Amino acid sequence: MMWTYLVLVVLAMVLWGFYISWRASRLDRLHNRLEAARTALDLAMVRRSSAAYELASSGLLDPATSLLLADAVRRVRDVGQAERDLAESDLTQALRAVFGQPGFRKELEDMDGGPELIGEVEAAAQQVFIARKFYNDLAARTMYARQRPLARVFRLAGSAPPPRFFEMDDALPDGDGPG
Amino acid sequence: MRIGIACPYSWAVPGGVQQHIRDLAEALIGLGHEVSVITPADDDQPLPDYVVPAGKAVPVPYNGSVARLAFGPLSASRVRRWLKEGDFDVLHVHEPTVPSLPLLACWVASGPIVATVHTAMRRSRVLLATQPVMRSALEKIDGRIAVSEAARTTLVEHLGGDAVLIPNGVATKRYRHAKPLGGWPGPGGAIGFLGRMEESRKGLALLLKAFEILAAERPGLRLLVAGPGDAAAQLHKLPEPLRERAAFLGEVDEEEKVRVLHSVDVFCSPNTGGESFGIVTAEAMAAGVPVVASDIEAFRQVLRNGKAGELFANGDPADLARAAGRLLDDPARRAELTVAALAAVAAYDWDVVAREVLSVYETVVLGRATVGVAQ
Repeated sequence: MMWTYLVLVVLAMVLWGFYISWRASRLDRLHNRLEAARTALDLAMVRRSSAAYELASSGLLDPATSLLLADAVRRVRDVGQAERDLAESDLTQALRAVFGQPGFRKELEDMDGGPELIGEVEAAAQQVFIARKFYNDLAARTMYARQRPLARVFRLAGSAPPPRFFEMDDALPDGDGPG
Repeated sequence: MRIGIACPYSWAVPGGVQQHIRDLAEALIGLGHEVSVITPADDDQPLPDYVVPAGKAVPVPYNGSVARLAFGPLSASRVRRWLKEGDFDVLHVHEPTVPSLPLLACWVASGPIVATVHTAMRRSRVLLATQPVMRSALEKIDGRIAVSEAARTTLVEHLGGDAVLIPNGVATKRYRHAKPLGGWPGPGGAIGFLGRMEESRKGLALLLKAFEILAAERPGLRLLVAGPGDAAAQLHKLPEPLRERAAFLGEVDEEEKVRVLHSVDVFCSPNTGGESFGIVTAEAMAAGVPVVASDIEAFRQVLRNGKAGELFANGDPADLARAAGRLLDDPARRAELTVAALAAVAAYDWDVVAREVLSVYETVVLGRATVGVAQ
């Protein structure tokens, strides 16, 4: 009898150990995917600011519009990580204001290279929108997983930094404004 | 003379540049000239008859804050029409490095152009990056005016060349006398602030910290703040017991602004930078209110290096409290500063300034055709 109990206890402990390590590796995978999503978001934002800069320096815009965009891009490139979200939101708002100007699209569409420049900005903005959604979705799931009792008691997250949402205004530039 | 002036910012929003243009236009009209001002404006807004609206101002982030500007194809075509119909002897653009109407006006105009630079901007890569399109617009400028030494220096750094220094004007008579708001300044003394509450470079946060220090030793001292912004949010930055000793008025009109100035014993300009002249500071001087200001370049100049007002170390609330406290406790020093401030600010009166601007116009129009639209 005694032996049976002992075997059962050892077996239970081994299974428990496997379970814990499986949970830890799942959480680790989640962190890795979160990091990948963050990289994708960073790349999308870089692509967007480059597209906006291309448009600004194309010579197809009036100097006021051009300067406005270039200023927003410069801020995005100059600020540190702490203000990144604000600068990116400002770029979104600048793009929205510029694209919303009456006649903006119409004028550019008739110009050589205009449609391509507009298309690239819009595609990049769309990508930022999607990449941020995916990143925040993963961040939320990672947070949930880290907060499960087992993960907290056994510190399964190890030294991985706690995930943070990336909040910014990324609503896409509109069509032609009123007017 | 027929003078066309282009304003970069929305007429509806109170601001130093808009006020400069309004006062300059009115001073020039007073001297017998014909003036037309084109500006971003909102449709339903009442405008003086010398102002031509160029369409809706669009709120857009620029240079670290949100500005209401006009740009894009529609604005450009409105500027073109205004220039054609105006047949001006001279075009006067303000802040041509801001992405708005004045830059567009430079871009489409031909003929004598004068530009006034207001803000001391930090060297930014933008000006280099968009140089071709900017340069073709800006190189048409015949004469440049800077409103302060700081603005002149940055202009020279960014764009090369030189500029005439003509300081901002102050409609001094408008500020000299006014009835204080009811119950102000009161026996315990009062300290005042005017400006956007949330804009960090206006420095209200510094003043709130200094007020905590000052209020601890002066049980009757009160704080009067006026300007656009969320008053409730600002009030909550003060510790609970001090809140009833502070009044946040929100945005005030011109007339009330003058009354606010006359309602305090000491006026505070805690701006941390980005200011080229500090029109509000000069207005306080014209009202005869002793001023405490940060020791940034622009304020040093207006306050004659401390002779016409007290300076404190920029960004240091404790030093602000020390400087303001010294004034609050010394009525004789305040009376002295009032006299010095009134004398210093007379040099900035609009009548004086408008004549200097006119002589710039006269210089650039010599032997030139009128302003037209470039092909």
